[in-house]
Amino acid sequence: MIKINKRASLPKRKEMMIQALAVLLSLVFAGLVILAMGYNPLEVYYRIVEGSVGTIIRIQQTINKAVPLIIVSMGILVAFKMKFWNIGGEGQIMMGAFGATLVALNLPESVPTPIMLLAMAVMATLCGAIWAFIPAFFKAKFGTNETIFTLMMNYIAIKFVTYMQFGPWKDPSFGGFPKVASFHDNAIMPSLFGLHIGWIIALFAVAGVYIFIHHTKRGYEISVVGESLDTARYAGMNIKAIIITAMLVSGGLCGLAGMIQASAIEKTLTYTISAGYGFTAIITAWLGRLSAPVVGVVCFLFAMLLQGSSFLQASMAIPASVADMIQGVILFFVLGSDFFLQYKVVLKDKKAVKEVA
Amino acid sequence: MQTISIQMENITKTFGALKANEDVNLTVYAGEIHALLGENGAGKSTLMNMLSGIYMPDSGFIYVEGKPVNFTSPKESIELGIGMIHQHFKLVDILTAKENILLGQKKKAGQNDKNLAKEIKDLSDRYGLDLDLNKKVYQMSVGEKQTLEIIKVLYRGARILVLDEPTAVLTPQEIKKLFRIMRNMKEHGCAIVIITHKLNEVMEISDRITVLRKGKSIATVVTKEVEVPSLIEMMVGKKVDLEIDRLPGPGLGESLVVDELTVMDMEGKLALDNISFALKGGEILGVAGVAKSGQKELCEAIAGLIPAAKGRIFFQGDNILGKNPRDIIRLGIRMGFIPEDRLGMGLVGSMDIVHNIVLKDYQNQPGIFLKRGPCIEKANRIVETLDIMTPNVYTPVKKLSGGNIQKVLLGREIDSNPKVLITAYPVRGLDVGASYKIYELLNEQKQAGVGVLFIGEDLDVLMDLCDRVMVLCNGKVTGIVDPTQVTKEEIGLMMTGSALEKEEPSDKNQ
Amino acid sequence: MESFLVAVVVASMPLLFATLGELLSEKAGNLNLGVEGMMLMGAVIGFRVGLATNSPILAVLAALLAGAFGAAMFAFLTVSLRANQVVTGLTLTIFGSGFAGLVGRDVVGVPLSLQLRNSFDAIPIPLLSKIPVIGKPLFDQDILVYFGFACVILILLYFKKTRIGLNTRAVGENAAAADASGINVNLYKYLNITAGGALCGLGGAYMTLVTIPVWQQDVVAGRGWIAVALVIFASWRPVKAWLGALLFGALSILGYRLQAMGISLSQYLVDMIPYIATILVVIVSTYKNRKEDLPPADLSNPYFREER
Repeated sequence: MIKINKRASLPKRKEMMIQALAVLLSLVFAGLVILAMGYNPLEVYYRIVEGSVGTIIRIQQTINKAVPLIIVSMGILVAFKMKFWNIGGEGQIMMGAFGATLVALNLPESVPTPIMLLAMAVMATLCGAIWAFIPAFFKAKFGTNETIFTLMMNYIAIKFVTYMQFGPWKDPSFGGFPKVASFHDNAIMPSLFGLHIGWIIALFAVAGVYIFIHHTKRGYEISVVGESLDTARYAGMNIKAIIITAMLVSGGLCGLAGMIQASAIEKTLTYTISAGYGFTAIITAWLGRLSAPVVGVVCFLFAMLLQGSSFLQASMAIPASVADMIQGVILFFVLGSDFFLQYKVVLKDKKAVKEVA
Repeated sequence: MQTISIQMENITKTFGALKANEDVNLTVYAGEIHALLGENGAGKSTLMNMLSGIYMPDSGFIYVEGKPVNFTSPKESIELGIGMIHQHFKLVDILTAKENILLGQKKKAGQNDKNLAKEIKDLSDRYGLDLDLNKKVYQMSVGEKQTLEIIKVLYRGARILVLDEPTAVLTPQEIKKLFRIMRNMKEHGCAIVIITHKLNEVMEISDRITVLRKGKSIATVVTKEVEVPSLIEMMVGKKVDLEIDRLPGPGLGESLVVDELTVMDMEGKLALDNISFALKGGEILGVAGVAKSGQKELCEAIAGLIPAAKGRIFFQGDNILGKNPRDIIRLGIRMGFIPEDRLGMGLVGSMDIVHNIVLKDYQNQPGIFLKRGPCIEKANRIVETLDIMTPNVYTPVKKLSGGNIQKVLLGREIDSNPKVLITAYPVRGLDVGASYKIYELLNEQKQAGVGVLFIGEDLDVLMDLCDRVMVLCNGKVTGIVDPTQVTKEEIGLMMTGSALEKEEPSDKNQ
Repeated sequence: MESFLVAVVVASMPLLFATLGELLSEKAGNLNLGVEGMMLMGAVIGFRVGLATNSPILAVLAALLAGAFGAAMFAFLTVSLRANQVVTGLTLTIFGSGFAGLVGRDVVGVPLSLQLRNSFDAIPIPLLSKIPVIGKPLFDQDILVYFGFACVILILLYFKKTRIGLNTRAVGENAAAADASGINVNLYKYLNITAGGALCGLGGAYMTLVTIPVWQQDVVAGRGWIAVALVIFASWRPVKAWLGALLFGALSILGYRLQAMGISLSQYLVDMIPYIATILVVIVSTYKNRKEDLPPADLSNPYFREER
């Protein structure tokens, strides 16, 4: 007979062991699925690592993927700390990219690059923030369910950008598949060490969010609202303002990531610009237990997975959705492992009591 | 020779680091009312939860009517005729009484609405219960819900009844009715276990008593052969005088004056109806009333957390109604409301003591950054002054024991030198030692000139500790009385709506 | 008009199955945001089995099992291992999408056999299908549509008339009370979640077996999420869910109708309509006052008996 008992406490070492074990098991499980698909899992995993950090160029590609992921994850982290389920990262990235493009296409080529980029960044952050503000407003004022609201905003944003790409912003000088005009040089982010400077922004984002959550009053309020709404009320906190502030930050960060993607990677606006970062960020934020530095590291690892799987697609013709599946499996296992952190499973029969886990 | 209904032998149950029951022994006979007596936290509910199949013992044996049993779920316990009436009712609000009775039951052959109704009516009549089967639970009063719980277990064929603190939420009149029903059942041969910490009830209703203290069974005695002081000694471990001192107060002027306060609850119904009273500095004004008589709304209205439809609240002459909660805190009006789950409303369980102190302090700090330094000092000070048992001030509050959690809460409010202190259910779930410490703290505040509004469940405590007692019923004030001049029964009547015959001079006119 | 209504019913089917499926899960207290993922899994597996076996029965069964499998993983994590329901559901969606992409990689654009497609031809019900206006839409449809209608009625009866349905409601409203009454809370949750998942899988398969019917990566296009919103819109009632599905089915094909009527509006702007409508539904749904219209009180709360 299986009995489940709550643990008193667990030493940090054992905690990390259980979580590491979970990740390992998940890779084994995912490996089995890959095997069932007809591929050699060891080869697949090797290629993923090789494709992400095998050469300098690939490392740069990995970092380029990590940058938007980190920034978006920081945004999601802030929202999740407040238990506001912001599933709208994709849409907020999109609208940020839209905002940046609006500036890039309408300011003249003669504007100096730093000013252009600054204007784009401000606009992008604003657009992302507004896109997040709408569901936040309804949640704060009416208690409306934010999960569905933010998600629907994703679809609206994607359709909107698609509309712009195929309609008003379609580049007439380009004959093939409709695309938006490319940015002029002054709207493209400069490079440092072979990487566009987005990585500096990413580092600032991590530091900024960490300080925000742990060392400012508003950050503290966000934590309290997330942990216990009633207590926040009783302390006289202005809960509506807290929700809105947190979401403006959350959406703003996502919007900023959108600008970076538009300016440095695509050098234009496309309806695929958010590339699933909004969803992956949810996984990385949760896996990193909503702690900014940890989430940053997890993002880098996931960027390796993303870069590696696009290499896989090129070299072994395995669709990149294998990355999605692996991500899902890892999170499943880690979610499940939380249970073993809190509870002990004991096998009990009439005579003896034996500890199992 | 009486037949043994239940025998529990050497039962031990641990939760994490807490030994809830250690080597406990209990024997209950058919046709007796057996009281399980002990302080809050002594392990009474835990023990009975093992009988009802909710928990499983780590070691020990249980025999029901002579047969050894090993319950792994409530279903098995119910099948053997054990019916548990929990302290917090296990009823589904949006279902009717009938539907709640039928939960988990297989349909009996040939059963339809009509003979089901008859079956239940026969059952109720036999024991003197009555209930409207088609009423939805959320529309019922507390007494009706308890009646439903009893019918529910009887319908399942219970011959052994366990009642967990059944009187905590009842008026004195309802308690009498419950005892009548229990005696009725006893005569029909049922075995009844009543879990309680109220000595007067134990003496009135039980045949035998088993005392638990800190998870161990101390003694089993025959009620007729024992006196209250020795029961107290068994419960607490030493001779304790359970008298609460009512100290003389400095008798200051009016501190908080509430005038014609009318408040709607979240569903738009009247929660407070034209309430008026005055709280003086240096007094403890008790607030009595059955659950949901408006106590929560009163606290929240004064603290500025909910709006009022009508009325005014004067603090030192100024109308504070409509001010936001932060300003009210700054004025020196502090409120601590302990809900049933203790941590829900004053503290963040996962945060440590320091961060819980920060909760009320941070708004007074300038700038956008959080300074923890002064709060760490304050935390250490509070821990020392109130003798709070904790490894350090960085331990998450939810890991502390109930008494210490409430000390942190009260300590935080007191440390700010309030002028008005509103405390609701401060001793909920606490053992005798911790409770008395809280009463001491409240008395100290009173003597320092603070006006204390004490909302409580235990009428005995209210009558002993408070200078005056205000009774709320359905949002109206049915009386403000001097506890030395009225009986508990009279207060009980006020709690259910009858206003007191002899009027006390209205304090408002002074 | 009549042909429009026929198309509305067809368009509403994936939503109907998914909404009913999620409704079952939520009535038992579990918020499963993995609907999109389960629909995708059902869609791809149903399609592949249909492609390989040409048997409509096997295809439908496979879809049901695929959805059930996804739901079972969710149930295991959230019921037995007490994981956070929101995050687990989202993970299921991401996993399901990746899984479907992998499994469907070499059948993109491959058409189903004519024989299989014909099994889903409309079957007119004698007499009833002749009723003007509503006759064809309701009584001249394919077999899965009739199954969908049956599901609405069965689920209605399940909750209103059966003991098991009553117990399920109790589990969703107050798991502790259900437990104390002797109901096996975990079992009820597992069964309802898994059954719900099966229906979601079928909803996805309807698109790849009947509506389109090919496999493509984005075949479900957010319908799973609309279904989650529809459950709220329907106040957790099966008949209202059906009406909601019809409404949104109509909205999703509105674009084509408008174009056919000569009103030119960018396809993409029209595509937005169902999503905007969903937002409106969610906003309006917060104005529920009657206790009976509120979500099951224990929704998304995990239940564990040994809690202290």
